[in-house]
Amino acid sequence: MEKTSPNMTIEYVGEEIIVAVLTDEKILEDTQIQALESSFMPLIEQNSPAKLVVDFSNVRFLTSSVLGLLIRISKKIYESEGMLRLCCIQPKIFEIFKITRLDKIFEIYPTREKALEGLQ
Amino acid sequence: MTSNAENSARQWEIASSTQAADRLCEELLETARRNGFEEEDLFAIHLALEEAFVNAVQHGNQCDPEKTVSVCCTVTPEKFDITITDQGAGFKPDQLPDPRCPENLCKCSGRGVLLIRAYMDQVEYNAKGNRVRMVKFNQSAGKPHSGSAGMAS
Repeated sequence: MEKTSPNMTIEYVGEEIIVAVLTDEKILEDTQIQALESSFMPLIEQNSPAKLVVDFSNVRFLTSSVLGLLIRISKKIYESEGMLRLCCIQPKIFEIFKITRLDKIFEIYPTREKALEGLQ
Repeated sequence: MTSNAENSARQWEIASSTQAADRLCEELLETARRNGFEEEDLFAIHLALEEAFVNAVQHGNQCDPEKTVSVCCTVTPEKFDITITDQGAGFKPDQLPDPRCPENLCKCSGRGVLLIRAYMDQVEYNAKGNRVRMVKFNQSAGKPHSGSAGMAS
């Protein structure tokens, strides 16, 4: 099953794993971040405890505001003992995670397949 | 938005809005591209500009329509040199909590200045903390490129 929300495509793997593919190449505007937040939060609530994989394969640029959004998403998920994994992050974007040391708090996988391992 | 050519330096006075900042950001990146900056440097400049404009427009001027952001930029094939000044109260960049510390890692904000310092070669704030000067040297300077020198286009 696949459906499109603003700025992302949502796929279900099995009955409980959600894969959210971010569709924008650049995520930097407040409106984009608000739209993503408005899509993610109900999704997490409706599927609690959510098992969410966020796929960054289309993303070539983001700002620290997106990092803030990811932290809010992670807090929401961990409140209900769900699981969050990030995957397919381009090297330049991964560098931002390393500089900010967010690579230490997020579970980051090179491929979607690796991210799904152990979740199913 | 107004601009005045002054040799190779240009100045702008933009409204305290993300839209005005985005338009200027695109123009500045295009100028850097024309001057021979390549993708890695453009990525760094772009990120630093986005973070600095957010700081100026949202944190400095609080999006106050009565306030403006002043920008002075010089771009040559060797370097991208920009000064951004807001009309806010300023801040002490050296007193910001380090977002990399374990106790701050899960905070939702506070990483902009860290990223600016990481991606630009020189970063200086004035004493008040409402003006930042950022410099990026062109890593590919001296290599053949199709760019033209100077800001004027």
